[in-house]
This record gives sequence, structure tokens and C-alpha cells, in this order.
Amino acid sequence: MSDSGPVRSTLRWLEERTGLGDAAGLVLEHPVPRSTASWWYVFGSATLALFVLQIATGICLALVYVPSADGAYQSLLYLNFQAPFGWFLRAVHFWGSNAMVAIMTLHMIQVFLFGAHKYPRELTWIVGVFLFLCTLGMAFTGQILRWDQDAYWGLGIGASIASRAPGVGDTLVQLLLGGPIIAGRTLSRFFAVHVFLVPGILIGMIGLHLWLVLRIGINEWPMPGRVVNRETYRRKYDDEVHKDGVAFFPHAARKDMVACGIVVIAVVLCAVLFGPFGPHGVPDPTLIDTAPKPDFYFLALYALFALLPPWTETVVILVGPLVAIGALFLVPFLAGTGEKSWTRRPVSVLVVVVIVLTVATLAGLGVTVPWSPKMEAWTAAATPVRYVKGRTPLELQGALVLQNKQCRACHSLGGEGGKRGPALDGIATRQTRDQLIRQVLQGGGNMPAYGKNLSPAEVNALVAFMATLRP
Amino acid sequence: MTPVSQSRRGFLFKLGLGLNVLGAALVGVPVVGYIFGAARRRTDGQAWIPLGPVNGFPAGQTRLATYENPVRVAWDGATAKVACWVRRIEGERFQVFAVNCAHLGCPVRWFPQSRLFMCPCHGGAYYEDGSRASGPPPRGLFEYEYRINDGALWVRGGQLPTLSRPV
Repeated sequence: MSDSGPVRSTLRWLEERTGLGDAAGLVLEHPVPRSTASWWYVFGSATLALFVLQIATGICLALVYVPSADGAYQSLLYLNFQAPFGWFLRAVHFWGSNAMVAIMTLHMIQVFLFGAHKYPRELTWIVGVFLFLCTLGMAFTGQILRWDQDAYWGLGIGASIASRAPGVGDTLVQLLLGGPIIAGRTLSRFFAVHVFLVPGILIGMIGLHLWLVLRIGINEWPMPGRVVNRETYRRKYDDEVHKDGVAFFPHAARKDMVACGIVVIAVVLCAVLFGPFGPHGVPDPTLIDTAPKPDFYFLALYALFALLPPWTETVVILVGPLVAIGALFLVPFLAGTGEKSWTRRPVSVLVVVVIVLTVATLAGLGVTVPWSPKMEAWTAAATPVRYVKGRTPLELQGALVLQNKQCRACHSLGGEGGKRGPALDGIATRQTRDQLIRQVLQGGGNMPAYGKNLSPAEVNALVAFMATLRP
Repeated sequence: MTPVSQSRRGFLFKLGLGLNVLGAALVGVPVVGYIFGAARRRTDGQAWIPLGPVNGFPAGQTRLATYENPVRVAWDGATAKVACWVRRIEGERFQVFAVNCAHLGCPVRWFPQSRLFMCPCHGGAYYEDGSRASGPPPRGLFEYEYRINDGALWVRGGQLPTLSRPV
């Protein structure tokens, strides 16, 4: 193309007036330490790519979505089944949100293990924590916009948590719901928060985050023994960048570009293979045969609420998040200098491992929900043949009582049934007849008392049956 | 530069600042009122609501009843509906429970066979009189105030029952 071609001359005309080309060149070609042109440094860019994808698909969805309690569900079905590519956009937005939370978490773990939160990048970390919280906020509010049964009862859980705040609980509930119940005004305000408020904050914060990365420079690859010292760090870093730096574009950006491409294609693949998520069940509060569950990012919390001892619950629910968020903000001030390399920071590595294992274990429990009664077990689960064979009529009557009184909602037999209480296989080897009678009548140890709900004849039969349950 | 123009410039600067603060306040105060207005109740939000004829609730049984929330907007759709469990003990003695579990608000289900309410979320269980049987709930089910008028059962409702503001 010649210098006088129409494209060139238009670009020159624009550049003369905006100067953006020069500015972009400075940003793109800023020198970075050679060691940072690494696959470990791609998660931030990948998160940003996913954010752009979320904005693009989100705007498209908003073209059709109706943010009204009486129309939202229908508009989601319309998107799924009628709007051309509506299903695809919903699927990409859903899988993109999952990927964004996941890769942002990887980014956070990576920068922490590489000591990037230390001097002089404390503020970059703090802004990053805000970005993390805002993204989780987007995840929660987005789940509400799905306006199905999970959204409705998820709001109920949110309101119940808010109501536990001493003194201001009721006010918080009203602010959250926009009124006295979960209804039209609730959805409208979650729409505004999800579509205007939090994305606006996110865009501003991402700008600040990137500005800080440019101004202070990307964290160099941490070398064991290279200790961060407030007096000397900036000079050493500048020396390294000048002596052995490379231009960010294209030397480091190549890997970022590959990573961004991979995550976007992976999201599209998931979207095409698995399709859009929900909506599940019309948001009619009178349809109560539902077992609401949050999306995966909140499964760990959901599990925690079931497993905490009740007396600790209010304190943990209200104070726990404040402590956790406060700790994240304090990280750069508690350990702002010193060793950066994970090989010299055993406590940091241990903290990451413990947190990841805890969250993963809780989330895993959140999938299987062992604490929830299996509501259909009493009609759907068969009594194993070996527990019926050769039993007396009284014992068989007891097997029926066990089934009809829904004992199996919480107790399993032959692996089928609830996991809330102990399995009843082999119960006869652990409890005597008298102990069984006491437990059935008075309950205790997290079991309701059945004294008022069973006739003496029923108790007699039930215990006779259980006394035959041996391995 | 004379002192006169200095003071005039100073005055203009302060005037500009003052006018903008005033403008911000004129817009900001109603905005704050608008946002927090949702948290203020004009009334206590409670009203008497009919659940249907008393005959619809056989003695000794617990049945699901539904009503439309008295405080509502036109675009609430199905979410204006509220469900509650009505237990007719005998004659004119009733207990009306909110479906919301006292733990974290999930809908509890009634099982007449074991005479228990069970919650699908975190495994809370309640006896037929609404008292806590087991699991994480810190109290029994939320119970509505009720009365019988012209052969119909009425309850006082209008808000999501929570620990800080039971029905």
C-alpha cells in the first residue's frame, strides 16, 4: 500500500487529531522484564478477555431480556427457543461467567504465590480484591436475573442472611428486596445493579488496575533470595527492565493472545456442547416442591451454612465475610516486603493449599448435599431383599413403618436413602432394643422425636425390624 | 493585578463551588431518599388476607394455602403469590405457618406420614406444631396471626418472614 493510499491518509488524518496511535504504541511497547513473558502471566489478560466477552454478550441479551417479574421468565424461554442464536448468547454469557470467576481466581492465586502483592504493588492487589468482589457480585446478581425458582429462593436465602444483622436486619432486607417481599421491585433493582452499577465500577477499577500495572511495571519472575526492600526495589527493577527488558508487544503479548483465544474458544465450545443454563422452574412461590441450589461459585458457602453448628451460625455468617475480605485487603501490609518466591514462603503456600482444599471440599459437599433429606426415598427406594427374606410378619410390618414414616429421608438402607442420619444397615450391632426404642421415641442427636407420631404397635414393629439389621 | 480583581476571582471561585455543592445536594438528597425509601415503611405493611372457607381445611390435617400479597405492584406476576401451611387442630383452633424455613428461608414441605415439615436446603425439620425438631434452624416455623370471619380463615401477612421480622 502506498503512502498516499486512502486508508493511510485517513489514519494519518485521525492520528494528527487524536494522537491515540502514539499513545497506544507507548502502552503496547512498554518494556517489561524478559522473565514475565511466561505462560504463568496470562491469567490477567484472559480474565479481561472474558470480561469483554461478558459485556458484549450481556448487551446482546439485554436487547431481548425483559427485566420485569411478570415477563423475565418468558423472555428467557424466548431467548432459548425462538430468538435466532439467543440460546447461544445465553450459553456463552453463562459459561463465560463461570470461566471468568475460575480464571480470575487462578490469576489471584498466581500473583499471590509470585509475591506480586508486595511493595510497590500493594494498591494493585487491593484494586484486584475489589475486582474479585465485584465479579462475585456480578455472579450473584446474574443468577437472580435468571428469575427461576433457584433465583427466587436464592433471594430468600440472601434476605434471611441479611435479616440476621443485629439492629439493621429488617432495613437491609427491605433494601435488598426493594419491598416487603421478593417480587417485581426486587428484580428491577437487581437488573440495575447487574447491568449498570457493578459493570460501571468494574470498568473504572479495571482501568485503574491496568494503569497501576503500567506505571509500576509488571511483577518480575520471583527469584529465591531476591528480597524486596523498599529502598532498593524500584531502582533494581528499573535497571533490570532497561538492561534485559523486552517490549510487551509482541514479546510478552504473544502468550497472552494465545491464552485469550483459548479461553474464548473454550467458552464457545462449552456453550455449544452444553447449551444455556436454565431457567429452571417458573418463579411461582406457591410451587414449593423445589430444592433451590446456587451456581457453583456459591456452593461452598451453601455447604457451610448446612454444616456450621447452629449457635455459631449468625456470627460466622455476618463476621466471616468481613474477616475474609479484611484479610485479603491486609495481605500486602502484613507481608509487603521480603521474599517473593513461593519456594521461600511455606506459610503462604500452605494458606493457599488449605483455602483451595476447604473451598473445593465444601463445594463438593454442596453438589451431593448429604445433609438434605432425600424427600422421595420413602416411595422410591426399594427395601433390600436380604432385609426382607425370612422375617416374621411383625418384622415385615416394621419394615413398612420404616418406609411409610419416611425414616429413609435421612437414613439409608443398602446405600439408598438420605445421608443426614447414620445408615441403618447393621444398626442392630450398634444399639440394643431399648436404645432403639429410646432413640425413636425421644429423638436427639439431630433426630426428631417420633413419640407422638407412632403408635406403640408401630414402635414395637419398627424396633423388631431394626433389631434384625445386621451385616 | 489589583486586590479588587483578586477578591472578585476568589468570590467567583467560591460562588462556583457553592453553587455546585448546592446543586449536588438538591439532586443528592432526593436520590438518597429514593434509594432508601424502599427500606421505609409507610404503614407496617401488614394486612388481613382471606385464605378461603374454614371448611376447606379438614380438622387434624395440614394443607398448603396460597394468597396474593397485599403490598404489590402490577408487574409482580406470579411472585406476588405467597404460600403458607394451614394446620387445623380442631374446630376453630388453627396454626398457620410461613413456608419459609427459619434457617435461611427455603420452602419447607409437609409430610403427613411422619408428621414433620422438612426443608430441602440444609435439612431443617419441624414438628407438626411448627416447633423445631432438628437441623440448623434457630427457632420453630414462623407463625401467622389468624382469625375467623364469616366462615373464612384470615391471616395477617404482607412481608417475607425473617428472623429480624417474623410474620
